[in-house]
Amino acid sequence: MDDPTELVVADEVADESADDVEEELLIEEISIDGMCGVY
Amino acid sequence: MRASSLVEQLKGGLDAPICLTWELTYACNLACVHCLSSSGRRDPAELSTTEAMTVLDELAALQVFYINIGGGEPMIRRDFFDLVSYAVDVGIGVKFSTNGTFIDPQAARRLAAMDYLDVQISIDGLDAATNDAVRGAGSYAVARRAMDNLAGAGFGPFKISVVVTRENVAQLDGFKALADSYGAQLRVTRLRPSGRAVDSWASLHPTAEQQRLLYAWLLSNGQDVLTGDSFFHLNALGDPLPGLNLCGAGRVVCLIDPVGDVYACPFVIHDEFKAGNVRDAGGFGAVWRGSELFRSLREPDAAGACSSCGSYVACQGGCMAAKFFTGLPLDGPDPECVRGGGLEGLAVVDPATVPRPAIDHSKPVRLTRKPVVTAI
Amino acid sequence: MEVTLDRPLELHPDVALRPEPFGALAYHYGNRRLVFLKHPDVVAVVRTLGDEPSVRAALEACGVAPSRWDSFIRALSALESSEVVRARVEPG
Repeated sequence: MDDPTELVVADEVADESADDVEEELLIEEISIDGMCGVY
Repeated sequence: MRASSLVEQLKGGLDAPICLTWELTYACNLACVHCLSSSGRRDPAELSTTEAMTVLDELAALQVFYINIGGGEPMIRRDFFDLVSYAVDVGIGVKFSTNGTFIDPQAARRLAAMDYLDVQISIDGLDAATNDAVRGAGSYAVARRAMDNLAGAGFGPFKISVVVTRENVAQLDGFKALADSYGAQLRVTRLRPSGRAVDSWASLHPTAEQQRLLYAWLLSNGQDVLTGDSFFHLNALGDPLPGLNLCGAGRVVCLIDPVGDVYACPFVIHDEFKAGNVRDAGGFGAVWRGSELFRSLREPDAAGACSSCGSYVACQGGCMAAKFFTGLPLDGPDPECVRGGGLEGLAVVDPATVPRPAIDHSKPVRLTRKPVVTAI
Repeated sequence: MEVTLDRPLELHPDVALRPEPFGALAYHYGNRRLVFLKHPDVVAVVRTLGDEPSVRAALEACGVAPSRWDSFIRALSALESSEVVRARVEPG
């Protein structure tokens, strides 16, 4: 009989990388305000 | 592929600056005691109009988004409007900093007619007494008149820039109200012991108690007030201040000075932090990409003497300009370290070894009445 | 207006997209705002928006898996509020 845990582990690995992208913000607004460049 | 950490990407340096500071001239009609560029007299080797436009062409090709023009007093250059218009024409936004002397009603109208241009008026006190003690007799009135002229010409929101000192920390609410009264945006920046300020920093920089007040004020007002990301050394006091809180010198920004020298930032005009010159083969791009100085600034930070301090992640050891010009080691605490980490080092600094600007463009008469260093 | 899959969008004409190793920087010359596009796929979609009849079509053209469309809609919504992208007016 196939070990069901093997299949579960494989699925988790595949989902993990997709989740990484989904959960992370794909854009970020930043304000550098010249970063000490304007005085 | 994971989305990247913003701060890590910027610390490693970009292929081109996001923006940069360009000091157009060392000439200035004022003689502020804290001038970071020790300005006053024009340098005879100043970039010509043609050379300046060549640099602008290069910055446009690199897709530098905007330049922060300053000096000295940039409007003293006869080609000021030509250069600013040219920058905008080639797709570079312009923000410039001025003492306001040359913003008469006609100039204000001319500026108001230009798009992609921001103006910043420098002022360091809410009244002539406070301001002029630092910037010279009559400078407060000049700055206020420039603001009135911009408002009268319908320029729209401009910026008011204040260097925070021991003498004006108590006026922060007043500066905010002043900016609000014009519909302007307030910027407050940190005093560094750079340029002429190397002499006055000890008596002008905020006390430890004032720094705590400043930090609290920035936490309350930070969303409306710009800081040039110059107060991240205060992050060790608690929650981080709004902004990126990252030293961008040589990584995200840099300085081009009036004779084309490229420095890590405007507060380290010194050979130790010079990366090259735009007149060298390969121009600005070659300096930005290939400079040994910039390569080292883009390496991961070493905490050095700060490595055992729990606040290092927040304050990142502070500002290298503040350390350099007070004679402190760059891999140790900032002179204004909020935990007092810089005090021990300051106490043992030999004044004779503290770096001084290599060339001083100050005019002979100075408010401090100290002996003049003559430019070579 | 909310960003939805069936709306046509475009890169705002006042925005410059500068490629970076990690994705791109987007600078809006009008409002002076700077946005970091943190993934090449987002950059590709933003560049493609103006050529496609809808957000859905742009996502498909760029080979973005449907499981990721929610994050892309969130990203495009943020980009719209920063005015990096805007609604495209179709000829009547």
